[in-house]
Amino acid sequence: MEQLLKILQDLHSDIDFDSHTALIDDAVLDSFDIVTIVAEVNENFDVQIPADKIVPENFNSAAALLRLIESLDD
Amino acid sequence: MINVMEYLDITAEKYPDKVAFCGNSSELNLSLTFRQLRENSRRIASRILSDGFYKEPIVVFMEKSPYAVAANFAAVYSGNLYVTIEREMPRHRIEMIFENLKPRAVICEESTYDLLPDLPNAKTYLYSEAALTEIDESAENALAGVRERAIDTDPVYIVFTSGSTGIPKGITASHRSVIDYIENLSGILGVDDTTVFGNQAPLYVDACLKEVYTTIRNGATSYLISRETFMFPVKLVEFLNSRKINTICWVSSALSMIAGFKTFDTIIPEYLRTVAFGSELFPVKNLNIWKTALPNTRFINLYGPTEATGMSCYYEVNRDFDDSDNSTRIPIGHAFRNTEILLLDKDDNVITADSNTGEAGEICIRGSCLSLGYYNDFAKTAEFFTQNPTVKSYPDLIYRTGDLGSYNDYGELVFHSRKDYQIKHMGYRIELPEIETAACRNEQTALACCIYDNEKGKLILFYTGTCSASELTKYLKVNLPRYMLPNRIIALDEMPFTPNGKIDRVMLYNKYSGS
Repeated sequence: MEQLLKILQDLHSDIDFDSHTALIDDAVLDSFDIVTIVAEVNENFDVQIPADKIVPENFNSAAALLRLIESLDD
Repeated sequence: MINVMEYLDITAEKYPDKVAFCGNSSELNLSLTFRQLRENSRRIASRILSDGFYKEPIVVFMEKSPYAVAANFAAVYSGNLYVTIEREMPRHRIEMIFENLKPRAVICEESTYDLLPDLPNAKTYLYSEAALTEIDESAENALAGVRERAIDTDPVYIVFTSGSTGIPKGITASHRSVIDYIENLSGILGVDDTTVFGNQAPLYVDACLKEVYTTIRNGATSYLISRETFMFPVKLVEFLNSRKINTICWVSSALSMIAGFKTFDTIIPEYLRTVAFGSELFPVKNLNIWKTALPNTRFINLYGPTEATGMSCYYEVNRDFDDSDNSTRIPIGHAFRNTEILLLDKDDNVITADSNTGEAGEICIRGSCLSLGYYNDFAKTAEFFTQNPTVKSYPDLIYRTGDLGSYNDYGELVFHSRKDYQIKHMGYRIELPEIETAACRNEQTALACCIYDNEKGKLILFYTGTCSASELTKYLKVNLPRYMLPNRIIALDEMPFTPNGKIDRVMLYNKYSGS
């Protein structure tokens, strides 16, 4: 989780990603961020997020994103 | 053809009930037919005219939607020029633009009204209200009068781009330059009444002309796709398929995003016959992913500066490019019809395609495509729009792009790099000094230097000062457009300098790539 929070914090150091659960719905993240997050996650976690998993539900919170990463890890 | 309103007059007559523009997000899922588009434009125009505005900048501050296009044309039908502003622009930038324009009339809607800076002397029109104006006989006469007095060198819009001093530059296009562009672009893209566009560009950049004007000229249909849709690649392609979109002209980074996310493993666009890309380098690797997925689709690389109205050069991909070599570049090809490219070396000698030297020079453009220049800035206009050095006996203007290019073995033009610190990031044109100036306006910042990592497409800002990186981020968020926000902000104890006292960008770059 720490590593993921670092990636997100680098993008928006003014957001508390621990508690935010509407990152997409509240337009905190935009398309620039999604590109960066997917690239960073793929690189740092050695996974490949498939296109059909790049959907709002998986990016609304750090926890949801972490669940996605873990599901890909298996 | 003298005025772009003629495009809409003719098409509204020929295809009155065909949908011209359609939004895609849930709230803005509205559409306008060509007849409605023309009617709404003329209704608002008659209001503007009755208030006495003529040949003035009319600010259109609305959401990206078919209504915003109608508001733009309201400015055109009233003999004024339009300037599109969107809410994603930070307030400070909007204020700087207003400072330059001193607009006396603004068209907005309920959702943007409260976001307007104070304009004590400006008339504000609400779209929903102004679009209900009845056109009586005297209004008809006034509208006809505008048309009669129209000259094709009159201005039609102003687009603001990044300025190196921190103040945005207002590039002013004429009816002549827009018509010249749209006539030739329609042919290159093969636009007709069966064309269905999926528009990506916001309406405040000239990239949107590709869809807006070719749609109106040819009786096509454009879906104005929201920014949010571009976040989720599978949804985006599903949308293309559900609307049978067959033509897209997107910034390369949008196409790269789809390729990079391996979207085609899940879904393939079914109807695309023409894919145009441009505004920045498109990696060959990503082009090849698209070509493999869509073997029967035309791919066209477009190149051009806003100062020459839209695009000036094109290359239709007609051979394979090897992506094992990172330095392979897709050419920008040849000039549009009625446009000439002069490749000038540092002594202003022309480098020709058949000289076969591969020598690099500055890309300079001449033709009716040239815009009128920078609004309220004659000095800057004179600096970049200069006399053609090959013509000694009469005035002949060229626009010096500051882009460096050369000819390849096929005689095609290839873009290399910039002469200065202007870059292209996610398709947007950015002067790196504008970001530095904004960072330094923050009182706790001492020095700032911004560099661009071309390979990863990242903006990196180095700074010295007493504020934290997160404080600086917060500050920049309200002072810069989203696309100019640095991807990384790095605090330094000391800024490195070159022996002649300039900030050492090379050392900063090495520092960044080593970290």
